[in-house]
Amino acid sequence: MRTFLRIIGVLVVIAVVAFLAFLFIPVQRTPAQAALPDSWTPEEGQGEYAMRLGDCMACHTAPGGEPFAGGREIESPLGVIYASNITPDNQTGIGGWSLDDFRAALYDGVGPDGTHLYPAMPYENFGRISEEDVRAMYDYFMNDVPPVDNAVSETALSFPFNQRWGLRAWNWVALSDAAGFTAESTDPELSRGEYIVEGPGHCGACHSPRNAIMAEAALDGSDPQFLAGGEIAGWTAPALRGPNSAIRGWSADEVAAIMGTGRNAHSAVNGEMQLVVQDSSQYFTDEDLQAVGAYLVSLNDDGPAPEVTDDGATEALLASADPSMALGARLYLDNCNACHFANGQGADEVFPALAGNSLVTAAQPTGLISMILNGSELPSTAARPYRLRMPGFAARLSDDEVAALASFVRQGWGNAAAPVEAGSVADLRDQGDAATH
Amino acid sequence: MARTDPKKDVVIVGLGWTGSIMGIELAQEGLEILALERGPDRATVPDFQYPKVIDELKYGIRYGFMQKPKNSTLTVRRTLEETALPMRKLGSFLPGDGVGGAGIHWNGQTWRPMAEEFRLRSYVEENFGADLIPEDMTIQDWGVSYEELEPYFDRFEYMAGIAGQAGNINGEIQPGGNPFEAPRSRGYPMPPMPEQTDMRLFREAATAMGYHPFPRPSANATQAYVNEYGMQLGPCNYCGFCERYGCINYSKSSPQTCVLDALKRYDNFSYRVNSEVLRVDLAADGQTATGVTYWDDEAQEEVTQPADLVILAAYQLHNVHLMLLSGIGEPYNPQTGEGVTGKNYAYQMNGGTTLFFRDHHFNPFAAAGSSGTSMDDFAINQIDFAAEGFIGGSYITAGLSNGQPIRGISLPEGTPGWGAEWKQGIGEWYGHSMSIGSHGSNMSYRDCYLDLDPTYTDRHGRPLMRMTFDWKRNDIRMTQFMKRQIEPIAQSMNPDSWRSSYKSGGARYDIRPYQTTHNVGGAIMGTDPNSSAVNRYLQAWGQHNVFVLGAGAFPQNIQYNPTGAVGALAYWAADAIRRDYLPNPRPLM
Repeated sequence: MRTFLRIIGVLVVIAVVAFLAFLFIPVQRTPAQAALPDSWTPEEGQGEYAMRLGDCMACHTAPGGEPFAGGREIESPLGVIYASNITPDNQTGIGGWSLDDFRAALYDGVGPDGTHLYPAMPYENFGRISEEDVRAMYDYFMNDVPPVDNAVSETALSFPFNQRWGLRAWNWVALSDAAGFTAESTDPELSRGEYIVEGPGHCGACHSPRNAIMAEAALDGSDPQFLAGGEIAGWTAPALRGPNSAIRGWSADEVAAIMGTGRNAHSAVNGEMQLVVQDSSQYFTDEDLQAVGAYLVSLNDDGPAPEVTDDGATEALLASADPSMALGARLYLDNCNACHFANGQGADEVFPALAGNSLVTAAQPTGLISMILNGSELPSTAARPYRLRMPGFAARLSDDEVAALASFVRQGWGNAAAPVEAGSVADLRDQGDAATH
Repeated sequence: MARTDPKKDVVIVGLGWTGSIMGIELAQEGLEILALERGPDRATVPDFQYPKVIDELKYGIRYGFMQKPKNSTLTVRRTLEETALPMRKLGSFLPGDGVGGAGIHWNGQTWRPMAEEFRLRSYVEENFGADLIPEDMTIQDWGVSYEELEPYFDRFEYMAGIAGQAGNINGEIQPGGNPFEAPRSRGYPMPPMPEQTDMRLFREAATAMGYHPFPRPSANATQAYVNEYGMQLGPCNYCGFCERYGCINYSKSSPQTCVLDALKRYDNFSYRVNSEVLRVDLAADGQTATGVTYWDDEAQEEVTQPADLVILAAYQLHNVHLMLLSGIGEPYNPQTGEGVTGKNYAYQMNGGTTLFFRDHHFNPFAAAGSSGTSMDDFAINQIDFAAEGFIGGSYITAGLSNGQPIRGISLPEGTPGWGAEWKQGIGEWYGHSMSIGSHGSNMSYRDCYLDLDPTYTDRHGRPLMRMTFDWKRNDIRMTQFMKRQIEPIAQSMNPDSWRSSYKSGGARYDIRPYQTTHNVGGAIMGTDPNSSAVNRYLQAWGQHNVFVLGAGAFPQNIQYNPTGAVGALAYWAADAIRRDYLPNPRPLM
């Protein structure tokens, strides 16, 4: 018995020592992944371009706020996380940071004082950013971005998520891959596309599913889980590969078009993706847009485009203009048909197709309901400046009507998604009302 | 209260079609530009949002998008002897206000004038002799030829995304198009609108009589379209709410759908709304403008806005009013024929025949503003003026642009205008009528002009502009000629009944019923400073840094809707400013 207690005591001491070590021994920072001479300086515009690739602006700028001065509320499953000020302000920003500090934040999610950043910062993906892009970005933030004195709200999550040491444990488990990027393909375009998608573009942060511990289920394209569909702020971030791929059948040009302009012949960006186009991808060079397009298309070449199962019944029903048609179809005629048409095909680059549209058929109908209630506005881009806006119908349609309409479009033209309940509409309407009051 | 704002390179008065075009063309030069719009800002969502804008009472009857006479009107008289009175209620014409101007609430009928119309006086003199021109008719050549303007028509049509069927490409007559049109360098950017029942009946009848019908060119998109600025149109859904309404559907070409979001991307461009320009300020020597003074409705104060270049891009009536108020050009004097500003105000001579068919369902509710089949067999270049005894011409169209219940229902002759029989008539005849209309030219005359009213002032204390205008024998003869051509076509279609409405001898101008918002002249272009208010580049003769855009430049009215020519002239002037004026600011003629 005494022996047993002694063993227990030793184990407790070891555990306490280990825990203290866990809390207080500094985290090992990932070193630079390539040796660049100290004298290396980015070319004119290279740093800003690297920032655009990484889309630092979308999260680190509050709506209506100074660029990069932080304060945007990032919805996470753990609660609201406030994006930090990354202008070179000494007190409230990253003014005192060294290059190594900066790289550690990108690669390891660790601040200069060893504090763990919440993984809203996509350091899982940013570990793949090249040393050249890290250096260029650092140079940009230190030299080109004006410092802004803006102390952002402390992120205040509830226990246990407010225990940042827990993130160290999380990182141990989640960051299974070492930093650094190795392309799968030797084709320069595909490897460039893969680099942007996996690394700075951090597409997987939204478009990959999360595993049991809320980490991205995969970080590189060789794993079929990578970009297999995720969730962001309650909206489905559609799968970009696999049987439900939103881009199955699209050409590289069409992917490049929607990334560069927010719209293409099939669809238009919605939800958080509008910020991505507005602040990031519209600034990509044509070559990079093509590379991203080619790479994403290459993830979809494992089978033919799904058979279109539209038997024409929906169009025939709408065209019949039969007054006794069901509520959902009638509401579609009265509210949606003018732009999206009876065949559900919309019009190139102006009115998105609803047939086969990933927002319409998403497992989680939040995005579709929100779209009907609140409408949506496309970002203005250089090639397509028009802020085309779909009006919201919240003031016109009841919860039951929105549900009937949403269910109709989810099942029309060969779409086969589950119907929507009026309760889901009521919840989202309440949230919308709360947000605007 | 008054303030002076920092100087701009360019100030643009009005942000409709011409202001938007000039704005983006000059923004590309990197100039600092401020556009001043007297009305409110307007965007498809929320201002033209479905179903809000589909409200005939609010917008069709109560003129929701038009200027309010209490804020802006003019006085009208028919002869030099009459005393003009203020127009206190809109009627005959409907100037818009707000961003987009009348470009948001037009029908979208987009034409090129005939080559002959740009040199009308010369054409008449050469072909029929100078004696044919009545003594009081003051028609002139424009000072610019169709051939010179062709690239700018092309530019406007491709920017605005016009749907139509070309009739003459580089001299080669195209099947299905207008064989009498001047040659165009290429076809329209979009295929024409689909043919509806009334259009088909008319085409068949006109063809049987040896005429040459073709689809009316339209700024209602027939497919998705992207223009040179990357701006976009979506295909029209034929909702039947074009004229007097903003388009719910991104389908009607307008400054909003074709220019503005692209223009707003330029950091060197900005615009202010609810800012009515009161006058153009001239330098002490009167040789240049120094900027404008406007009323800032938000701040409730006058603002002096200095600028190197002043672009008058308001509606024709307001451009002329500003010129008169500011001393740009000598005011026209109808007694002596001297002076230029306000000279040659002209309008449009229209008429039509309505046909009733019990057995045809025309479904007028499914239509667009430009739906129609036209013919130019009695156009200006097809008529022997000497034989017919008038100068002018008309295009003829069958088309239904809407089936709106308050204004859109025609009833056969003899049906009462109210009560049970009227109700019965509506029930019987809604959707069973079609029309064949004449859209005709209007010549300019010595005593049809614009000047400042001696009595009445506006809310800013400025004299109102006075319009002196009446119908003349020449133009009534023209419309009566059209009646004689249209009625046989109508009869050949065997309607159950039909009724005609054309002005006849003794007709006087009546400002109450709506006729058309094609007011032209008053700031006419030309090559002689003694007979025109602006030169062939739309530059004021006396102040080289003032350019005056719009239909005020027309020396007499064309036989077509004006927007095509207004757009082409805006590009023509913009090109002259960019290529010739900016490198060396000076009188271009």
